[in-house]
Amino acid sequence: MSGPSDFQPTNPALKWIERRLPIMGLMHSSFVAYPTPRNLNYWWTFGAILSFMLVVQILTGVILAMHYTPHADMAFKSVELIVRDVNYGWLLRNIHASGASMFFFAVYIHMFRGLYYGSYKEPREVLWILGVIIYLLMMATGFMGYVLPWGQMSFWGATVITNLFSAVPYFGESIVTLLWGGYAVGNPTLNRFFSLHYLLPFVIAGVVVLHIWALHVAGQNNPAGVEAKTEKDTVPFTPYATMKDMFGVSCFLLFFAWFIFYMPNYLGDAENYIPANPAVTPAHIVPEWYYLPFYAILRSIPNKLAGVVAMFGAILILAFLPWLDSAKTRSSKYRPLAKQFFWMFVVVCIGLGYLGAQPPEGIYVIVGRILTFLYFAYFLILLPLLARIEKPRPVPNSIADDVLAKTGGKPAPMVSTVIALMVAGGLLLGGAESARAAEGSTKPPAQKWSFSGPFGKFDRGAMQRGLKVYKEVCASCHGLSFVAFRNLAEAGGPGYSVAQAQAFASEYKVKDGPNDQGEMFERPGRPADYFPSPFPNEQAARAANGGAFPPDLSLITKARSYSRGFPMFLIDFFTQYQEQGPDYVTALLQGYEDKPPAGFNLPEGSFYNTYFPGHAIKMPKPLSDGQVTYDDGSPATVAQYAKDVTHFLMWAAEPHMEARKQLGLQVFVFLILLTVLLYFTKKKVWANAH
Amino acid sequence: MRSHGKGANRTILDCLFRRNGGRKSGFSAAAGAAGAGSLLRGARLRGSGAVPLAADKKGLEIVTTASSADHPTRRDFLYVATGAVASVGAAATVWPLVSQMNPDASTVAAGAPIEVDLTPIAEGQDIKVFWRGKPIYISHRTKKQIEEARAVSVSSLPDPQSDEARVKPGHDQWLVVVGICTHLGCIPIAHEGQYDGFFCPCHGSVYDTSGRIRQGPAPTNLAVPPYTFVSDTKIQIG
Repeated sequence: MSGPSDFQPTNPALKWIERRLPIMGLMHSSFVAYPTPRNLNYWWTFGAILSFMLVVQILTGVILAMHYTPHADMAFKSVELIVRDVNYGWLLRNIHASGASMFFFAVYIHMFRGLYYGSYKEPREVLWILGVIIYLLMMATGFMGYVLPWGQMSFWGATVITNLFSAVPYFGESIVTLLWGGYAVGNPTLNRFFSLHYLLPFVIAGVVVLHIWALHVAGQNNPAGVEAKTEKDTVPFTPYATMKDMFGVSCFLLFFAWFIFYMPNYLGDAENYIPANPAVTPAHIVPEWYYLPFYAILRSIPNKLAGVVAMFGAILILAFLPWLDSAKTRSSKYRPLAKQFFWMFVVVCIGLGYLGAQPPEGIYVIVGRILTFLYFAYFLILLPLLARIEKPRPVPNSIADDVLAKTGGKPAPMVSTVIALMVAGGLLLGGAESARAAEGSTKPPAQKWSFSGPFGKFDRGAMQRGLKVYKEVCASCHGLSFVAFRNLAEAGGPGYSVAQAQAFASEYKVKDGPNDQGEMFERPGRPADYFPSPFPNEQAARAANGGAFPPDLSLITKARSYSRGFPMFLIDFFTQYQEQGPDYVTALLQGYEDKPPAGFNLPEGSFYNTYFPGHAIKMPKPLSDGQVTYDDGSPATVAQYAKDVTHFLMWAAEPHMEARKQLGLQVFVFLILLTVLLYFTKKKVWANAH
Repeated sequence: MRSHGKGANRTILDCLFRRNGGRKSGFSAAAGAAGAGSLLRGARLRGSGAVPLAADKKGLEIVTTASSADHPTRRDFLYVATGAVASVGAAATVWPLVSQMNPDASTVAAGAPIEVDLTPIAEGQDIKVFWRGKPIYISHRTKKQIEEARAVSVSSLPDPQSDEARVKPGHDQWLVVVGICTHLGCIPIAHEGQYDGFFCPCHGSVYDTSGRIRQGPAPTNLAVPPYTFVSDTKIQIG
């Protein structure tokens, strides 16, 4: 990609191929001999990190597609079955789901780096525009991928985003109907989103090839912003850049693995563990964190069409950046004013991200409008103005001069960079997190759980007692449809033997058939059967429960959450606190008050619960002291029942949690070792060049 | 690389056991650094022998620090260790990516043994049941069919096996076989073909009343699945 290569293989077979298809020469000139500026800092490793993430996402995505069913009735269940039954399915799903966030995290750093060092300026305009195209494709892919699990957020996210196109004058409604393939978001929508979600990553890969091609034609920009002139300014890509990139990827993997193994749901929304329900919109529709700044811009504009135009404009304006900023000096290092405004712009973007997660009311709307104005002002007013009035500092004569000037000074410490990134990312995520606040409810007290933390394990006794409570109390109204009897005997479960699970299953009557006479019949349960639901369908359940639908409990501890607020959500990231669901469920079971507080108007047929959002719950107080008999001498109290059944339900929601944490520990030990080794290897390799 | 120094051709053992580190010149140490660093990029580069002598080209070899010239053993060990750890990681990563293709837990659980009631099957009739996604033929053989199966000389068969070995003792009338042709997986039709057994319409394999291959391209007899008689009229397959 950087001109003809002088590469000549010695092996006769390779020589034969090379004469006919000079692919080795291409690879050699692009990734081995390719001259890369000597002064690149670690912000430049994010290009390699992004390539790595694209491969990871395509690989895990192709695998997940082998097990996923793109049908409105089965999609949610098939994702759960991937996580529960497919070998390492939980791992692959966690990688793919948090991988999307990591991909965007890296792309934002990559983009801000380009912005700061003027990487979009002549002769890299096409390179930059290709990058903007990749970013747009990524947004489309990420959005459609988020729809596939077909949870509540998937469904309503799809509804809201597709409705953006209804703002188009005259054709809006027709366009939206075309996108849906129906009168509303439904099975055809899911099917086409699956198809496109599979297609677009390969389109991205194609544009990435063009992006790298353009990069190798123009050459890499660098922190000094001066072009490489002599050989002294550059080092060959291999081993210098490859080793540095590998070290960068390895550090990034540590960050990534923290999410995969310890905080898989930190970036997700609890609401998405509730199957899609076209009849109920969640209280807060919040997109994934990486869309939040643009979502905030959309909501800041009171006019529907103008809001949509502003949102897309906020992205498309990036494509015009090379012409909006006509300053001759590339790197903000030598632009005293641009440098300060750059950081202000970063703050504006993070601020918009925070606002995107807040309810659109009161002060948030006003601040949102100010920040939206500032966002556009940066591109349309400030950058053109700065190019005219700013007096840049002198740039170094060459890259070699830049390197020499720096020798003796300390290299930028990677650790503080990583921490700064984490904090910045955390702030954005926190915005998303605080939007999940359950209004009008009290925060449940944080409990101690044996399964919390990096070494957490389930308590077998508590799970067995919890199963008893579920069976004798909860099961009369609530299903547990994703849990099979065989699961009771699986590793990491309540610790029953296969025979015990079989005996437990045979106590249930399971509907089977049709038999040879074409009739359905009942037979004793087998280990392969799932817990039968108490009602045949939702209508029957509602009819029997005064209009309320007792939710299935398979995922309840993951589908319920509450806001931890600032700064707890940041601390939670490091302490790995993720037991909002269990805390809430336990608190709810004990949160019944016989008499509602004065002034509270309790609707007919409801009960007052301190922790239920809105306080009026249809479920009567389910537990009372002494209701369930324990054989192991544990106290037969409501508090104990509540805790035990929650413990059991946490396992029901994530049967492979112990495996996840154990593998996580091994992966971390390995990654730390690899990172340390790569660090020293990189240092040795670079010893000659510094 | 070969012509430039020993760096690229060193084996792990060389790196681990070479004691005299001081004998190398500054030049070859620097070349070794460039070459061995690329070890990690895979054998392709070493095989082609075209690792660029970065340090050499740029005139940077003079910069080689005293410590790296004095202790090349330690440096080489570092490169080999890093490469080895990275390879172990890559290999370990492949495991879950391949393992996920195996049947998942629900499929395995659904493959549990099944019980079949034999009472409705009259003499001369057969039924087809499914176990683990495979059709299982259960034939209630007539006296004539059993005699035919036992009359043939075992040694003359393409896959020699006596009829007694293919049924359960005391239950000679019951033939239980996996109804999948051992040639290429089609389902043979019962009561067809010249041996009164099974005939595979795909490529013309003919099986006898004991499900043994008699004619055609199939290499072996129809497989007998694991099964037991729970009672005289009930079997458990699996």
